[in-house]
Amino acid sequence: MDDNILEMRSITKTFPGVKALENVTLAVRRGEIHAICGENGAGKSTLMKVLSGVYPTGTYDGEIVYDGQPASFGNIRDSEHVGIVIIHQELALVPYLSIAENIFLGNERRGRGGLIDWNLANAEAGKLLESVGLDENPVTPVGQLGVGKQQLVEIAKALSKDVRLLILDEPTAALNDSDSAHLLELLRRLRERGITSIMISHKLNEITEVSDRVTVIRDGKTVETLDTKAGEVTQARIIRGMVGRDLESFYPDRTSSPGEEVLRVEDWTVRHPTQDRLVVDHASFSVRAGEVVGIAGLMGAGRTELAMSMFGRSYGRDISGRIFMHGKEIKARSVAEAIDNGVAYATEDRKKYGLNLIEDIRRNVSAAALAKLSRNGWVNGNEEIKVAEDSRRSMNIKAPSVMSVVGKLSGGNQQKVVLSKWLFTDPDVLILDEPTRGIDVGAKYEIYTIINRLVAAGKAVVVISSELPELLGICDRIYTLSAGRITGEIPVAQATQENLMELMTKERESVG
Amino acid sequence: MTRTAPPEADPASNEPAPAVALHTGTSDLRALITRNLRTSGIYVAFVVIVALFAILTDGVSLSPGNITNIVLQYSYILVLAIGMVLVIIAGHIDLSVGSVVALTGAVSAVLVIQQDYPWWVGMLAALAVGLAVGAWQGFWVAYVGIPAFIVTLAGMLVFRGLTLQVLDNISLSPFPTEYSKVASGFLNGLLGGNGYDAFTLLIGAFAVGGYALSGFRTRLARIKYAQPVESFPLFVARVVAVGAVVMYFAWQLAHARGLPIVLIILGVLVITYAVISNRTVFGRQIYAIGGNLAAAQLSGVKVKVVNFWIFVNMGFLAAVAGIIYSSRSNGAQPAAGNMFELDAIAAVFIGGAAVTGGVGTVVGAVVGGLLVAVMSNGMQLMGVEQQVQSIVKGLVLLLAVAFDVYNKRRAGASR
Repeated sequence: MDDNILEMRSITKTFPGVKALENVTLAVRRGEIHAICGENGAGKSTLMKVLSGVYPTGTYDGEIVYDGQPASFGNIRDSEHVGIVIIHQELALVPYLSIAENIFLGNERRGRGGLIDWNLANAEAGKLLESVGLDENPVTPVGQLGVGKQQLVEIAKALSKDVRLLILDEPTAALNDSDSAHLLELLRRLRERGITSIMISHKLNEITEVSDRVTVIRDGKTVETLDTKAGEVTQARIIRGMVGRDLESFYPDRTSSPGEEVLRVEDWTVRHPTQDRLVVDHASFSVRAGEVVGIAGLMGAGRTELAMSMFGRSYGRDISGRIFMHGKEIKARSVAEAIDNGVAYATEDRKKYGLNLIEDIRRNVSAAALAKLSRNGWVNGNEEIKVAEDSRRSMNIKAPSVMSVVGKLSGGNQQKVVLSKWLFTDPDVLILDEPTRGIDVGAKYEIYTIINRLVAAGKAVVVISSELPELLGICDRIYTLSAGRITGEIPVAQATQENLMELMTKERESVG
Repeated sequence: MTRTAPPEADPASNEPAPAVALHTGTSDLRALITRNLRTSGIYVAFVVIVALFAILTDGVSLSPGNITNIVLQYSYILVLAIGMVLVIIAGHIDLSVGSVVALTGAVSAVLVIQQDYPWWVGMLAALAVGLAVGAWQGFWVAYVGIPAFIVTLAGMLVFRGLTLQVLDNISLSPFPTEYSKVASGFLNGLLGGNGYDAFTLLIGAFAVGGYALSGFRTRLARIKYAQPVESFPLFVARVVAVGAVVMYFAWQLAHARGLPIVLIILGVLVITYAVISNRTVFGRQIYAIGGNLAAAQLSGVKVKVVNFWIFVNMGFLAAVAGIIYSSRSNGAQPAAGNMFELDAIAAVFIGGAAVTGGVGTVVGAVVGGLLVAVMSNGMQLMGVEQQVQSIVKGLVLLLAVAFDVYNKRRAGASR
């Protein structure tokens, strides 16, 4: 019989209108590294929230058996109490507190009279840091550490709680290669100490390298669990499980026939708003009508910064360089000016920067082009509804009416509202930053279809994405960006994940 | 795809075509009430409070004289609430309006009472001071980026100090009769009448007619755009109900002292600002900024410009309130307008505005202010002690915001 530390049986979790998890089963053996794979929205995070008590017992169906005992967690503290610690993708550290203060936050080391014994805390923190291989003084404020080191502090914090089952949500998403390697090595060492890890990750090479078993989840259901020892874990096998079909049919067909050049950017250079370094460094690129151009780059390469600084100087300082639309130089000193010149930019974080979540579809769609709906400052409310209604139909936004509040729509539908908003400004160039982040497979396909429709109508589209298959699937040409510099330009016919990745990491390696 | 229905399918999208469903009057009304519980709650509460005090005071609170009193007594708070709701929708706050009321009244009093300028010079000067104050605070909030809480807290102290300076720490009175007519004057006897003022009734009828006409035109426009409209009987019922309330109100006023001038000012301001907030680009940008500042900015809204004018407007309305208040108290006092900001802010929140910005209506704020007015007035009529009145007012504010927070959590729970 397997020695399972954790069994989750037939977990079903429903949100109003959406079945996020359906009969998911997960068995994790004691002392293994267990990877969970699945696309965005497949239900991985929801499953981990069920496990850690974020969704308390009773809000889901199914059974959790931990360490041979049926477990019912009412909140995160309950699960931490038995040694389950979750480290989220967005690190939950307080930047102004020291490493030691962060490690023992909510779990303070008390001395006499209930006061915190800082000497004891710092000494213990020092030992914990040593065990995770972090050579830093425990009194250093966490904000001064890089993301990789902060991740290690999180793990040290977990160790301080006598963790037995460590859950890491995309631990290496924000790390560079050497930090990632270090982290994976640490997971192996923890395994030797008998600590079980569950790792959610998109990076298939890391998964095949470090994990003992892999569970694949798709559309809220368990697809299969693969065993490394049995030789089942290969990237191709995982992808097939995640996508559930061949990648070829994942992107709608398009015949491309690029026309005149619409946008050309020359020597675009942007300085970081507070630090003294260049975020975008003499970047030049161009887009033609009816063409989809991709910008590939790792996190921190300056993709979003490039787009935002072009879009009405919404990012950075000391911006220099020239932007040409249809061969004529334009000034885009404000967002309004950029919009007037036919540029539209859909942000990567639609909830934070793209939408007014408390308003309805109608008012979000009109937000960037109210002038088109108004005369002398007076808005024609009926015309506005008509425009929103037209977008709802043409974009296939699934909502009862255009009066539906945007915050209650699913990610895919929210993204369609964002696209509607920008299309209504009637742009010549659309810059789409991570257009399919956090939306499910079906909606992704729809977004790709919309992009195809736009280029067919002669628009120029720039897609920024961290998913290389996506860029390969929808673009005509791909630029690679590394440390703020354009390091390559490849027609899609010659592009592969390998040669793109090589160019995306080019600068970093030569710099060190 | 193993799944036919994409996981994002909204349950509501399974319903029959909504446009059809909305055409039936009853479901329209129910949908309207439940969907807008947050904003419509205030009207229900207002009716309940009015009825409650009508019963508790044996109908005295609805007597002609008392209704006139309420209007006269609380008009300046309502004027402040109109400006404050825009400030709060944009996600700011203004703590200085009480001091600005005092300062504008003081400047006007010094000019008119001390230096014998005509009454209208005092009023124009007050408005100019209000605009200048608004521009000053708008500059710091919008262009320097200091939180409005700090800017207006400083303003509260600065403008109170300036008031003392201008008045040399003494009270000034009285104003000439023209000036004091603003707050205590009536338009009556213009058309004669037997024991009642026909002019007031005519204005009331005029208002009802305007309401019906504009409602009908909106209805026609919506039909032209194939928008759902309420069924015709429901529309008529709504107009009749509103008309009845307005005419009852006018009837009562006509049997007291006629139409207060300040009510006309108030009516014009409410209509103007309700339209501005709803139907102009500027108004819509205020909501956009309050709802999601970053998204508004990235949609091309000139956030700084909008914020600046919001505060200029607040300064202007504070000056209007200053004129009304100085006119009503027939002079200027160093301590005038104390705590007015809190009454105005309370009115806005009771009227359904969200603490986090982005939500609120001008009419809601005014009704919120009236609710407090009716409550205070009713308690005074009943002889409730001052301290109890204060406690009740405080609890009502707390309840109103708790209701808002509860609503939001419920909305959040359903994703």
